[in-house]
Amino acid sequence: MVRVKIWGSLRPLADGQSEIELEARTFKEVLDQLGARYPALRPQIKRGVSMALNGRIYREAWFTKIPPESEVVLMPYMAGG
Amino acid sequence: MALVLMTMAGFWALGAVMRVPSRMRWVMIGFLYLAVVLAHLILPPGTGLRVATGNSAAPWLVLGGLAALGLTYGRGLAWLRARHSAKTTPPPSATPPTRFRPAELDRYARHIMLREIGGPGQRALKDARVLVIGAGGLGAPVLLYLAGAGVGTIGVIDGDVVDNSNLQRQVIHSDASIGMAKVFSAAQTMRALNPFIAVECYNRRLEPNMAAALFADYDLIMDGSDNFATRYLVNRTAVACGKPLISAAITQWEGQISLYDPARGGPCYQCLFPQEPAPGTVPTCAEAGVAAPLPGVIGAMMALEAVKHLTQAGQGLRGRLMLYDGLYSESRMIRTTARADCPACHGQGHAPENRPAPDTAV
Repeated sequence: MVRVKIWGSLRPLADGQSEIELEARTFKEVLDQLGARYPALRPQIKRGVSMALNGRIYREAWFTKIPPESEVVLMPYMAGG
Repeated sequence: MALVLMTMAGFWALGAVMRVPSRMRWVMIGFLYLAVVLAHLILPPGTGLRVATGNSAAPWLVLGGLAALGLTYGRGLAWLRARHSAKTTPPPSATPPTRFRPAELDRYARHIMLREIGGPGQRALKDARVLVIGAGGLGAPVLLYLAGAGVGTIGVIDGDVVDNSNLQRQVIHSDASIGMAKVFSAAQTMRALNPFIAVECYNRRLEPNMAAALFADYDLIMDGSDNFATRYLVNRTAVACGKPLISAAITQWEGQISLYDPARGGPCYQCLFPQEPAPGTVPTCAEAGVAAPLPGVIGAMMALEAVKHLTQAGQGLRGRLMLYDGLYSESRMIRTTARADCPACHGQGHAPENRPAPDTAV
């Protein structure tokens, strides 16, 4: 089981949930399940999100293995200033 | 005796008229002196020449002794002066530190009374040269607080002009400066806030062909730019120049900030974010929107980290990425590590003991 922490402006798109529990082994599975459960998240996921796993930040590393009982932080790309 | 002295004076005057070097004239006078002293020692008393030149060698020897004494004193003094100035004259390249004026001591009093900053810390701020990329949402509070804090030289680079839609959050600009280059508008506000600082304006976009030369002139780089291309360029250049980089980014309601300084340990920006998203895939503030005070929060954090970094106070964000969620009022710290496969820094900031296991990413 993976706990996904939904960050910032993504959270209202996941019905305001701050943490979602999923059964997933890779980032792709996390994103697919989130998109299925919360259709409002799909455009954001398609646009690009970063995921932090155990102190590492991943972008487009879809097949990265997620160890069981991990916490993944899902956040939008940030480039603005 | 007077006759001889007059002859000596005559030699000098004649030498001057004939443009004989003074060294030659002194040699002539020296020969005359020696001849007179020799005459007194060799010729018997009462000789005409001896009577005419004072009967005895004694006054001549006293005169010679005095001259030698004077000469030695003058030479010695000149030598001491040369030695002293060689020691205390700074090399021509070093600029002498300017003293704080009384008005400055008053201005920075609340800093100077902080144990972690104090007089030496304020001195370090005054001597510091900080370059800020972008005079927009993040740049506005960064520039204002660096100016207020007394950072001696602040460089600012931005190629945009002030737009009406900027003023909701870019509080360094004003309604009257719409249409003006952002760097000049910002410099005007900074100088009005603190006349004791120097502001250097670069009214253009940061480009790869000039970034390194620009960065070389500064001690600390601060990135508040608004696009990924510039962010990756800033990071590559800061790594190549070995300059510390405080970089932050925002979107809508959230922000991130860290210190990237692989030359002194820790990861660079590209260690955290290896792939640069394709241009156009990431919405800008103009497309996605941004809450007005959000860049104020994150930009003020950048300025605080800069003050800490320059005064060596507390602990900075090396190896830590701070996330701030303004929509739900939460913050979070993510530990970060350098990557040996990073194309920008090659993981040079690794502490050997915490090199990570090989990446499992495909």
